[in-house]
Amino acid sequence: MALELLKERWSSAINVLKVGAVKEEGGTRASAITVGGQTTLPFLLDEGGMPHRPVVAMEIFDVAPLEWPVSLLEPFGDAVKDPVKWAKKCINEFKADLICLTLKGTHPEAENISADKAVELVKNMLKEISTPLIIIGSGDKEKDNDVLARCSQATKGENCLFGLAAQDNFKTLVASCMADDHCIIADSPIDINIAKQVNILITDMGFKPEKIAMHPSTAALGYGMEYVYSIMERSRLAAFVGDKMLAMPFIIFVGQEAWKVKEAAANVADEPGWGDERMRGPLWEAATAVAMLHAGADILVMRHPEAVATVKRSIDSMMKGNND
Amino acid sequence: MALSGLEIYKHLPKTNCKDCGFPTCLAFAMQLAAKKVSLDKCPHVSEEAKKVLEGASQPPIRLVTIGTGENKLELGNETVMFRHEERFYHPAGIGVLVEDTLDDNALKSRIDKINKLKFERVGREIKIDLIAVKNSSKSAAQFAKVIKAIVEKTKLNLILMSENVGNLKECIKVAKEKKPLLYCATKSNYQEMAQLAKEHSLPLAVHAENLEELADLTQKIVSLGVQDLVLDTGPKSPRKKICDLTYTRRMALKKTFRPLGYPTIVFTQSSEPNDEVCEAAGYVVKYAGIVITKGAEPWQLLPLLTVRSDIYTDPQKPVQVEPKVYEIGAVKKTSPVLVTTNFSITYFTVAGEVEASKIPAYVISCDAEGMSVLTAWAAEKFTAESIAKMLDTSGISGRISHKNVVIPGYVAVLSGKLEEESGWKVLVGPKEASGIPSYLRSMAS
Repeated sequence: MALELLKERWSSAINVLKVGAVKEEGGTRASAITVGGQTTLPFLLDEGGMPHRPVVAMEIFDVAPLEWPVSLLEPFGDAVKDPVKWAKKCINEFKADLICLTLKGTHPEAENISADKAVELVKNMLKEISTPLIIIGSGDKEKDNDVLARCSQATKGENCLFGLAAQDNFKTLVASCMADDHCIIADSPIDINIAKQVNILITDMGFKPEKIAMHPSTAALGYGMEYVYSIMERSRLAAFVGDKMLAMPFIIFVGQEAWKVKEAAANVADEPGWGDERMRGPLWEAATAVAMLHAGADILVMRHPEAVATVKRSIDSMMKGNND
Repeated sequence: MALSGLEIYKHLPKTNCKDCGFPTCLAFAMQLAAKKVSLDKCPHVSEEAKKVLEGASQPPIRLVTIGTGENKLELGNETVMFRHEERFYHPAGIGVLVEDTLDDNALKSRIDKINKLKFERVGREIKIDLIAVKNSSKSAAQFAKVIKAIVEKTKLNLILMSENVGNLKECIKVAKEKKPLLYCATKSNYQEMAQLAKEHSLPLAVHAENLEELADLTQKIVSLGVQDLVLDTGPKSPRKKICDLTYTRRMALKKTFRPLGYPTIVFTQSSEPNDEVCEAAGYVVKYAGIVITKGAEPWQLLPLLTVRSDIYTDPQKPVQVEPKVYEIGAVKKTSPVLVTTNFSITYFTVAGEVEASKIPAYVISCDAEGMSVLTAWAAEKFTAESIAKMLDTSGISGRISHKNVVIPGYVAVLSGKLEEESGWKVLVGPKEASGIPSYLRSMAS
């Protein structure tokens, strides 16, 4: 007797999110990045489609992150001191699908870089690189509302992905991104109800749902990764049965969380039983990313070139046979 | 899947004879459904009904045990597809492959390396569970020699892998006390393998290339009297493997399809060390019962074991850290003291930020029943009294030369009361942990 496997067929799909605009669309990107559109849980290609594979953005900063562990700084060399050079290295050498520029230096308690300077950097960046761009604020609400609004205006037509819009600070960024036709990241604190609420607040202002990426929070492997994992699974299952306010693709900031923890960063001298940090650190970041992929991540924002390469191979292996 | 009281009632004699101690057959059926009585209280139930009802009370995925004593590995008996629905119960067994073609020195160093694959992280020991010994030499004598060396030098559970049933038969005496998993029964050798497993009461891995053939084979083996089975669909792409693992679990849970109602075993295919761990991590999060890797480096197993701990955490129970004083970095008598709750994520977020600040500090986690700061404060589990008590009883005073304590910004309102209760000077820290590094730096300057 032939065994009939139980296959799930879902009624709804995840939104398709396109970041970046080519010349015909009013931008200057060589090509855009498209994610989402799934009609199945991750990689279950026997029962539904994943028309767009997950992508990896490499994260760079406006000021050199000299506080990073040596094992993470090393592969970039001097490039970390020049964001444009750094971004180019990520694209050309490390095959990043796109770049995530975090304007950390604009924070009033950091270098307090002015909005003018930030705009200059962003414009220069877009001139020098050909991939789509993700632009993230410093986390200071007031400053972000100034800096990001100005950056949005200056990059009108490029269809960048801006973040983060949170429950208590979304209006300015939403208005800017709407006016300048950018995409936006809806941020929530490991809480599916707030995740949905932020999407509702943003779309209530007239923002198109298919221009939203959801950030359900990120946690490193060993430090609450499973909370995010389950929020993502719950959210996907709800989207597949028709919840349009949870049908946005996920963006996950793997690098920033993974490299905070000592399992990734500690020297082998301090933790002799854990092995060489030059092998361990990138793998900690990659393993965090892989767990997120299996929970449904669409855009992974990562740091170490070796972790990026590993995760890209992992995506390849999981997407193999998409059409069979 | 569990039957309802009414479904059970259909199979009972319906005579209301009261011999079971209940007034009616229906009342008895209800108690059976609630698992409050056992079926043998009814002396009149037919053999046929017994079979149906006992079958229905079996878990949809069989619990299979490898090994004995406190190191034994229990697999299966899972109840859900997604951990948020309930939880995943029996953590996947993680093991490393050892081929019997290694010479004595190589074998010794491999065993030494494997024995070190245990790690202390966040106050818990995590370690691998298994060694899979593969009879690559095809020689029974060599296989026995290597198994013997492993049994002598490790406490890990064993999987004995040979294509040759004769070799397994010969070697089993060396390791049978360890109750190893026999690998594996196939379409061509299952009768002999089942016989061997039955004779020694050992669990048996079953291999077929697809789920249909596998289901067919497990039924044949069960009919030979072996029930502790572990399923393998052999080498294939990671994506196909994840499909097999998913459908196996789904058929068992959603269709109560017994022929696939067993835990699974997967061997990684990738040979690149990072790729292998990522492949294995995918299997661990997606339902594998056992995952065997070739790599045995600590930097490979630490993340893999951590993926397992994370995914098998009970989502309904907040994970707590022990309420006590934690030293972050090379603390001195003048180092700052921060308090927070014992919810693990709260604690680790705070500890992580303190570590990132590169300013050594004491972090005291107070017993707040595993709640985060605001929740614990609202529930009155994180109060001036409880913090004062912790400052008093944790022994922190003896380790420092000051009496300043930093509390989370969200509970700034506790400052006055806490100063009164404790006699410490209370400093209000940032609301979010991400503000800690700049806060500590400004404190230091």
